[in-house]
Amino acid sequence: MNESWDPAGPAVATRAVTKTYANGVRAVRGVDLDVPAGEIRAVVGENGAGKSTLMKLCYGLEQPTSGELLIGGRPRVLRGPASAIALGVGMVHQNLMLVPSFTVAQNVVLGVEPGRRGRLDGRAAVEATARLAEEAGLAVDPLARVEEVSVGMRQRAEILKALHRRARVLILDEPTAVLTPQETEDLFAAVRRLRDGGMTVLFISHKLREVREISDKVSVMRAGALVGTVTTADTTERSLAAMMVGREMSLDVTRAPARRAGTTLRVRGLAYAAPTGQPLHGLDFDVAAGEIVGVAGIEGNGQTELAEILAGLRRPGAGTVRVGDTDTAGLDVAGHRRAGVGYVPEDRLHDGAALDESIADNLVVDRHDRPPLARRGILRPAAVRAHAERLIEDYAIRTPDPSVPVRALSGGNMQKVVVARELSAGPRLLIASQVTRGVDIGAMRFMYERLVAARDEGAAVLLISADLTELLALSDRLLVLKDGRLVGRFDDTTGLTEKGVGLYMLGVEHHERAHLTAGLDDTAGSDGTAGPDNTGPRDTGPRDAGSGDSGKATPE
Amino acid sequence: MSSVLDVVLSSAFLAAVLRVATPYLLAAMGGLVAERAGISNIALEGQMLSAACTGALVAGYSGSVAAGALAGVAVAVLLGLLLAALRLELGADAIIAGIGLNLLASGGTAFAVYTLLDDKGGTSGLRSGTLPAVTLPGIEDIPVVGDVLSGQNTVTWLAFLAAPFVAWLFYRTRFGFHLRAVGEMPDAAASVGIAVRRVQYAGLALSGALAGLAGVFLSMGYVSFFVRDMTAGRGFIALAAVFLGGLRPWGVFLAALGFGAAEALAVQLGTLDVPPQLVSTIPYALTLVALALYAWRRKRRGAAEVAPASL
Repeated sequence: MNESWDPAGPAVATRAVTKTYANGVRAVRGVDLDVPAGEIRAVVGENGAGKSTLMKLCYGLEQPTSGELLIGGRPRVLRGPASAIALGVGMVHQNLMLVPSFTVAQNVVLGVEPGRRGRLDGRAAVEATARLAEEAGLAVDPLARVEEVSVGMRQRAEILKALHRRARVLILDEPTAVLTPQETEDLFAAVRRLRDGGMTVLFISHKLREVREISDKVSVMRAGALVGTVTTADTTERSLAAMMVGREMSLDVTRAPARRAGTTLRVRGLAYAAPTGQPLHGLDFDVAAGEIVGVAGIEGNGQTELAEILAGLRRPGAGTVRVGDTDTAGLDVAGHRRAGVGYVPEDRLHDGAALDESIADNLVVDRHDRPPLARRGILRPAAVRAHAERLIEDYAIRTPDPSVPVRALSGGNMQKVVVARELSAGPRLLIASQVTRGVDIGAMRFMYERLVAARDEGAAVLLISADLTELLALSDRLLVLKDGRLVGRFDDTTGLTEKGVGLYMLGVEHHERAHLTAGLDDTAGSDGTAGPDNTGPRDTGPRDAGSGDSGKATPE
Repeated sequence: MSSVLDVVLSSAFLAAVLRVATPYLLAAMGGLVAERAGISNIALEGQMLSAACTGALVAGYSGSVAAGALAGVAVAVLLGLLLAALRLELGADAIIAGIGLNLLASGGTAFAVYTLLDDKGGTSGLRSGTLPAVTLPGIEDIPVVGDVLSGQNTVTWLAFLAAPFVAWLFYRTRFGFHLRAVGEMPDAAASVGIAVRRVQYAGLALSGALAGLAGVFLSMGYVSFFVRDMTAGRGFIALAAVFLGGLRPWGVFLAALGFGAAEALAVQLGTLDVPPQLVSTIPYALTLVALALYAWRRKRRGAAEVAPASL
């Protein structure tokens, strides 16, 4: 199977490899890559930089338009994954390629099953899987169905799949995107063991911290070309980021202090219960025009429910929600939009865009029925196109044409389409949920600037995020959700640390109700439990409600 | 009422159930194989009809029952491959393509019979014969069992072997393993080097063969001639059995057997003092009720599954 390897040559190499797609997009241009055997090589780059395409070329999923591919030191032509597998290349795809109803063992052997004369030896499959798992230190339950095991175990099963095929080169495409920190550590330990056993690993990622931790060398790609290969020990996250985007880039956002101008969002006694999802219990808070209020919390503590209620996708069980002068609690989504609510949903693939429709159509779905896009109920295609071209320009959406379906865009550009639509509507209140999830640094920075710009133009922004660094960088005030309750409120985020907020997220510390509701008019909480720090009624705005830890309760 | 019970409990009725269930069992197994390969074979009806017509015509003209049966099955296999090609090469929707094939079969068989025999109704003018019955020595002497099994057509025996065959194929062979992987997760199968299309073509050919066998039984076993549109919706009822059986060989077997029993009951009740129009609706009404029950159950299970995921 692998006898044809030249032991002296590189495990994987490309010579002036170029890939041009049928639609004219040049995803990879003239890349010369050299990876010696037994090395962990990270390949980094922004979304759309061509790193995934390059890996597909190495795995036979795509064929190069020109140039030469070497595996095991010799030039090869890969006609498909089968020939790559035969040459000893294995790949763990970002979206795992497993059959859900099959067991781990069945998935591991799929394609190269043990058994004679067309029959399948299930017991041998289980034994082979267990043995490989033992040898590689990748703990799996061979008999468990894939659909019932954790994402981490699925990924280990994918790696075992490659090992079962005697892979000598392992391509890992964004392997940590779906893992918890603990699972990531276990994965890295296993990858190092494999490397020490002679495996060559290609590690695709845009998480620079992890790249620095796991790789021996880093190859950086930008706009389809390889801009350089450096020894990991000689790099910093900052220098890698600069190579990726072609200039120094930091995520520090400069923003002036918020200029608040009256309450835009007023939530009182908001409660929610449903057969599915986290219930919410008596939430009271305000968001003023011209400020960004962050919502921190471990995922699944009610953030999704809160965002969807405020956007009109779910009805609250009790309480009032006012946006400006409109009581939105009973309104449908269209009513929320009329009241001036913009919404960037956390799951843009499902809730943010119609993936098979064009960018232009996605940009007008909330306003296609009125001038200037429509006249007397008839859509004006020229106006729709002009509108799209303007937003594509304004929001730097990278696409050859507005008629391209959204599905064809990278994650960052897809998100820009959603953000462009929501912000160009000029919302009074913007609910932004996980805006930068899965987008690259350039797009991330762009989103940050846009959110701050929207704030400065007078929008009230409720920023929900799982990324504490992001929340601390952007929020003027910060709320913490735990188990569907508000447990923390910081009216001044300067000096706040991730660790400090983390204690509230975990429930180690919490603020007293009096502090949480201080300065809010008309809350149910002023029932004698009002705290010492701020009992003043409605003349105190939220900004005066005491800063940072002044209202902190004793730890539990 | 007691007369109904007498009928149902008679060995003649049980023998009728086996006979009537034969086309359902075969066609349902054919539908199951296609469904698990990832292409819904809604053309079961047309495949059965084409096979029934081809079988009767070829057997009548050649004088060989075996040649007729083989030709009938072959035509159904070709229709299966055609459906796969429409889906895989041209990207057609399998349901729409299947409807097209069914209409083609309905019109094409009538046209062929009229052109060849100048008869708009069927091939009753042609002496085409039936496939042989299986006689096991000594089986007639066993009470009840003997009455039920003796004289059953070869194809009926094959129909009852189809479920264990498909189960063995799915769970014990490499081909079945690949077929299930391809149907459930084509990308995963392709990524490990399985030739996805080849597996799907093979699956659809096998599906066509099973449906073809069902069709051949209708015109060369059940009766000895082809009648226009003689499948009378059996292909669709078989498809209902595929889903009702939960896409598993033995579940589908039971569902198909149930539909067969319902039709046999309808036939038997026809001899009693019950309005025949009402009786003949039994298999169809049962199909609707069964599918509604299936959908309701799946919806409830679906809701339960969605719950944790949306947290």
